[in-house]
Amino acid sequence: MDILDKVTQAEYKYGFVSDIESDAAPMGLSEDIVRFISAKKNEPEFMLEYRLKAYNHWLTMEVPKWQNVNFPDIDYQKIIYYSAPKPKKVLNSLDEVDPELRATFEKLGISLDEQKRLSNVAVDAVLDSVSVATTFRSKLAELGIIFCSFSEAVKDHPDLIKKYLGTVVPYTDNFFAALNAAVFSDGSFCYIPQGVRCPMELSTYFRINAANTGQFERTLLIAEAGSYVSYLEGCTAPVRDENQLHAAVVELIAMDRAHIKYSTVQNWYPGDKNGKGGIYNFVTKRGLCAGVESKISWTQVETGSAITWKYPGCILKGDGSIGEFYSVALTNNCQQADTGTKMIHIGKNTKSTIISKGISAGRSNNSYRGLVKINKNAHNARNFSQCDSLLMGDQCGANTFPYLEVDNSTATVEHEATTSKIGEDQIFYCNQRGISTEDAIGLIVNGYCKEVFNQLPMEFAVEAQKLLAVSLEGSVG
Amino acid sequence: MKDMLSIKNLRVSIEDKEILKGIELNIKAGEVHAIMGPNGSGKSTLASVLAGREEYTITSGEVDFDGINLLDLAPEERAREGLFLAFQYPVEIPGVSGATFLKTAVNEVRKHKGLEPLDAMEFLSVMKEKMQLVEIDKSLISRPVNEGFSGGEKKRNEIFQMAMLEPKLAILDETDSGLDIDALKIVANGVNKLKSKDNAVIVITHYQRLLDFIVPDYIHVLYNGRIVKSGTRELALELEEKGYDWIKAENKEVPAV
Repeated sequence: MDILDKVTQAEYKYGFVSDIESDAAPMGLSEDIVRFISAKKNEPEFMLEYRLKAYNHWLTMEVPKWQNVNFPDIDYQKIIYYSAPKPKKVLNSLDEVDPELRATFEKLGISLDEQKRLSNVAVDAVLDSVSVATTFRSKLAELGIIFCSFSEAVKDHPDLIKKYLGTVVPYTDNFFAALNAAVFSDGSFCYIPQGVRCPMELSTYFRINAANTGQFERTLLIAEAGSYVSYLEGCTAPVRDENQLHAAVVELIAMDRAHIKYSTVQNWYPGDKNGKGGIYNFVTKRGLCAGVESKISWTQVETGSAITWKYPGCILKGDGSIGEFYSVALTNNCQQADTGTKMIHIGKNTKSTIISKGISAGRSNNSYRGLVKINKNAHNARNFSQCDSLLMGDQCGANTFPYLEVDNSTATVEHEATTSKIGEDQIFYCNQRGISTEDAIGLIVNGYCKEVFNQLPMEFAVEAQKLLAVSLEGSVG
Repeated sequence: MKDMLSIKNLRVSIEDKEILKGIELNIKAGEVHAIMGPNGSGKSTLASVLAGREEYTITSGEVDFDGINLLDLAPEERAREGLFLAFQYPVEIPGVSGATFLKTAVNEVRKHKGLEPLDAMEFLSVMKEKMQLVEIDKSLISRPVNEGFSGGEKKRNEIFQMAMLEPKLAILDETDSGLDIDALKIVANGVNKLKSKDNAVIVITHYQRLLDFIVPDYIHVLYNGRIVKSGTRELALELEEKGYDWIKAENKEVPAV
């Protein structure tokens, strides 16, 4: 009777493995491995020191257990911490990119070709751990924008790295941030000079390819006073039986009146329908609104990963600064998600908005966890939070864990939460108008996520809608 | 002329309780049929079964819809074949605008007919035309489907959807319930304008009132799962005058031995 009963797994469409030879570190983690990675990357001494400090701190830390997700203990000695596609050399143009690699990106729907100019997207692609190509660099350079791989930034702009690395997410922040700081192999770096409005979407695609590899990338984005940038990241991985760890760190810094819009479409391999395999997506993302009236907006569409565990947050330090978090987290089959945000109000007249839309199907478990903290001196701070959960079927779970710490009596904090089920009445109503059940669910779910999709750049909103449809494919019979 | 809809000995149960006990009904193109009856007689069940709701068990009978065995089809296939149900309680779909919803529906129906989908501009112009026809305000179409609509707005929206989908057979399930007289007139007007020699309408109602505005060719009285009386307009007036008691008295259940 219950047409939402039969929950099956849609095929993961990005599950191919590229046959690209890779240059990898031996398995396991030790001080030697940290030195190996640093040496491989020809890093300056300050980077090695940073990594070693992080590594030694990591050794003193324990895996946190407070999250509402379950997974077996990870053996950190069974992970390969560095894997670079061969041949690795400095690439000056797209023609030099390994054809096999280019084919991989074609399959992902990421064209590294000049056609991207038409869609106005500059792409930095990170395969396994190494950044392989950054498009449009010269065009951006004319405006003084730096958009390159993290390794290149370390070489070419060490002063900026030295100044900002770890200032928003210190390696002491948490277990996975420490691990990342010790072993991260690449990522993206972006610098927008004062007063510059970045004329195109900047985009990074991350893909894990090699087996037993952990992916530890790092993104650092600095927007100087009065600048604007919209940044997108997309993620995919091959289908594998074992779990793979992805522990990234993203740091954003917005100076006076700067605005950073950071959007993520995360579609790591979620594991099969019985919960075998899939990515552990344990990520620390944080933005610092350092300047007055600065603004950081996080938008995330999380459909992949066996476990998603992340809280992109904002530290609202500058007076009048604004933090926003728009999230759609979809879990199906055996996926688990514990995600939300942290909004830390420090400056006066700071404002934050949280819109979270959870969708649970199958036997999955989906939690929203969010902290809104209003510090003593944050006069007239305002927060609005709305956390909605949508359940499909009766074997999934949805939870909301809102944390509120208000130390200033002038603050206004609002929290709304709803839980709803996709009704058979809604589906039948659509059916009666000629719309199939699958399309009806797509329509209903997209309607439910509309406030978040509205925040995404147009073409990515379309992509996100398709992704939701694919992720829910076969979730009704 | 051949019947558009032909229902033969339709018996339907829900959870072992028989609701429809052998319905016989034939409808030709161009006709308006009213189905009346006291509460609980099975009127809405008949509408739901024709539209394909799953929770009912059909224990016997046949429904032929223009040469197709209707009961073999999924609800969306019935809709694409031209069967439309105006819901007694239209459903809200948050976040989905009426226009998006209808564009999807209209293009599904067109695809089924082998027609090209309407592009945004074509769709808008069709919508404009139909909006005028059924006197519905633009703002209702741009809002999420039925969300926060008043009872009257929901019913008008149903008739607007009917206008957009141009069904062969429209079933109006208690479309008059909860409407004041002005809203009732607007809804009835819309239905009358959509009437043609090629389509048919089944009006399900408890009261005669709606039939002052949508004038039926035939009236059937459904009682206790059977059509116990059929007639013309006069029958409705008789029911209005006498109520349903005489129907009940005439059709006392003989207790099973």
